Amino acid sequence: MPVGAVIEFSSITKTFGSVTAVDRLSFTVEPGRVTGFLGPNGAGKTTTLRMLLGLVAPTSGTATIGGIRYRDLPRPLQTVGAALEAASFHPGRTARNHLAVYATAAGLPAARIDAVLHTVGLGAHGSQRVGGYSLGMRQRLGLAFTLLGDPGVLVLDEPINGLDPEGIKWIRGFLRSMADEGRTVLVSSHLLSEVQQSVDDVIIIAGGALVHRGTLSSLETEAAPRILVDSPDRPALAAALGRAGIEFSVGRTGLLAAAPDAALIGHIAFSAGVELSALHRERKGLEDAFLALVNETGTGTGNSSTERGESR
Amino acid sequence: MTSFSRAIGAEFAKLGTTRMWWVLAAVMFGYIALLAGGLAALFAGIESGVISPDAAGTGSQGLAGFGSLPPLIYSFASSVGYVFPVLLGALSTTGEFRHQTLTPTFLANPRRAQVLGAKTVTLFVVGAFFGVVALLASVGVGALVINAFDVDPLLADSATWALFGRTVLAMAVWSTIGVGLGVLVPSQVASIVIVLAFTQFVEPLLRFASLFTEVTQGIGNYLPGAASDALVGASFFTLAAPGGSPAAMLEWWQGGLVLLAYAVAATVIGNAVSWKRDVT
Repeated sequence: MPVGAVIEFSSITKTFGSVTAVDRLSFTVEPGRVTGFLGPNGAGKTTTLRMLLGLVAPTSGTATIGGIRYRDLPRPLQTVGAALEAASFHPGRTARNHLAVYATAAGLPAARIDAVLHTVGLGAHGSQRVGGYSLGMRQRLGLAFTLLGDPGVLVLDEPINGLDPEGIKWIRGFLRSMADEGRTVLVSSHLLSEVQQSVDDVIIIAGGALVHRGTLSSLETEAAPRILVDSPDRPALAAALGRAGIEFSVGRTGLLAAAPDAALIGHIAFSAGVELSALHRERKGLEDAFLALVNETGTGTGNSSTERGESR
Repeated sequence: MTSFSRAIGAEFAKLGTTRMWWVLAAVMFGYIALLAGGLAALFAGIESGVISPDAAGTGSQGLAGFGSLPPLIYSFASSVGYVFPVLLGALSTTGEFRHQTLTPTFLANPRRAQVLGAKTVTLFVVGAFFGVVALLASVGVGALVINAFDVDPLLADSATWALFGRTVLAMAVWSTIGVGLGVLVPSQVASIVIVLAFTQFVEPLLRFASLFTEVTQGIGNYLPGAASDALVGASFFTLAAPGGSPAAMLEWWQGGLVLLAYAVAATVIGNAVSWKRDVT
C-alpha cells in the first residue's frame, strides 16, 4: 500500500511580469485526508499546483512532497499522481498508447495500464483514439494517468469539471477511499459546493494569497454563526430565548439566534417546554462564507485585479 | 534500466503510436523514387546515347564534367529527401507544445534536459531509418533504370557503399536538426513553414547565388544543405553551377561536422529558449 506524504508550500511566490499570481503562500497538506484547495478562477490555484509539480518555476519559496522537490523525486509517477486542468493528449494516440508512453518513461509494468483504465471506467475504450473522447472521458483518462504509478499523493486540478452526475458521484467516493487508504489528496476547485461533501480540510486562496485554512467544520461555524429556530408558539420561544440571554432577530421562517450550536437552543426550548418546528444552522452558510472570504481580500490589494477580471 | 534508457523508450513509443512517421516515410519514398527514376532515365539515356545531348540541351559536353552518374542519382536520397527527417524531428518537439503533452512528459520525467537528449537520440536513430528508406527509393529505382540503359550502376563499388553509409548518417543528423528547430521555434505551423521555405526555396537560392564569386562560394559551403551534400559526397546541386564547373565543396568530414554544429546549436539554444520555460 502506498503511503501518503506531507505536501508543504513554504512562502511560495510567482510573478508574471508585474502581476503577482501567487503571493507568499504557505500551507501543508496532510496524508489520510482530502484537502480542498479553493479559490475563484484566476486566484492562482493552477499556478500553485504547477509549481508543486515542477512545471512552473517559483519566483521564490519552495514546494515539497515529503520534503523533496518534485524535480528531485527519484520516482515521480510512483510518488505523486497529478491530473491538471488542461487536456494533454495527442488526439491521434489511443488511450492505452497514451498511458504506455508514460508508463515506459516511469518504468512501470504494462499491466498497470489496463488496471488503471479499468479503475476509471475506460476499460472498454482503451483502444479508441483520444481525439474521439468526450470531455468526461478525457477527465477519466487524466485520472487514469494520475493512478498509473499507484502514488501515495494525489494532486487533482478541478477534477469535477466536465463530469456527468454519475461521474461526480464516482469521483467523490474515489477521493474518500484514496484518503481512507492513507494517501494525501489535494483537490482544487473554484466551487466550494462542488467539493464540500468530500473534503476534510480547506485551503482558500484569493488573489494569490491565503485567506483561510482549517477544517471544513471550522469554516462552517465561522460562516454561519446563527441558528434558525421556530415553534408553533413563537412568542413563547422568543420569551424563552430572552430569558436565556440569547440575542435573536425575527426572520421570515423563524427566529435567527446568535448561538454557536443548535444543541444549546434545543436545550433552552426543552427546559421552557416550548415545542419546536425547526432547528438548524442557518442554511446560506458555507458558500456565502466562501464568497465573503474571497471577495474581501480581492478588492483593494490590486495585485491580481487583472487576473480575476478576465475570469469573471 | 536507467532513467535515460526509459526516456528513450518513451520517445520511441511516442513516435510509434502516431501515424506521422510512416506517412512521412511513405511520401518521402514516393517522391525520391519518382525523381531518381526520372532523372536516371534522362541522364542514363544521354550517357548511353539513347537520348542525344543536343536534344537534352546539355550541349556537346554531355555529362563529362559531372563525374559518374550513379552516385549522383543515389544521393537524391539525402539531397532531395532531407526535408522529411527534418520535418519528423520538428514535429516530434512542436507536437509536445501543441498538444500540451509536455505536462505528462515532464511529470513522468522532470529531468527535462534528459528528455531532450532522449528525443535527440531517438530521432537520430529514426532519421537513420529514414536514410535507409530514402536509399531504397533512390538506389532501388535509380539502379534499375540505370541498368536498363546499360550503364554500370556501380553497386559493386565500395565507394558507392561508403556513400550510402554517409547518406544514412546525414539523414540521421538532419532529423536531430529538426528536433533542435522544434525547440527553437515551438510553434508547429511556424516550424513547418520555416522548414519548407528554407529547404525548398531560400537555401537553394542562396546556394546558387553564392556560386557567382569565390568569397561567397566559400561561405555558401557552410549552408546546411551544402554541408550535407559535402558529407554525402555527391549532389545534384553542383550540376547547376554557373559556367558548368562543379563547385568545390567541403571535405566529407568537414561537412558532417558543420551539419552536426547546426543540430547542436539549435538544440542548445532551443533548450534555453523554450524547453526550460514554465509549462502552463
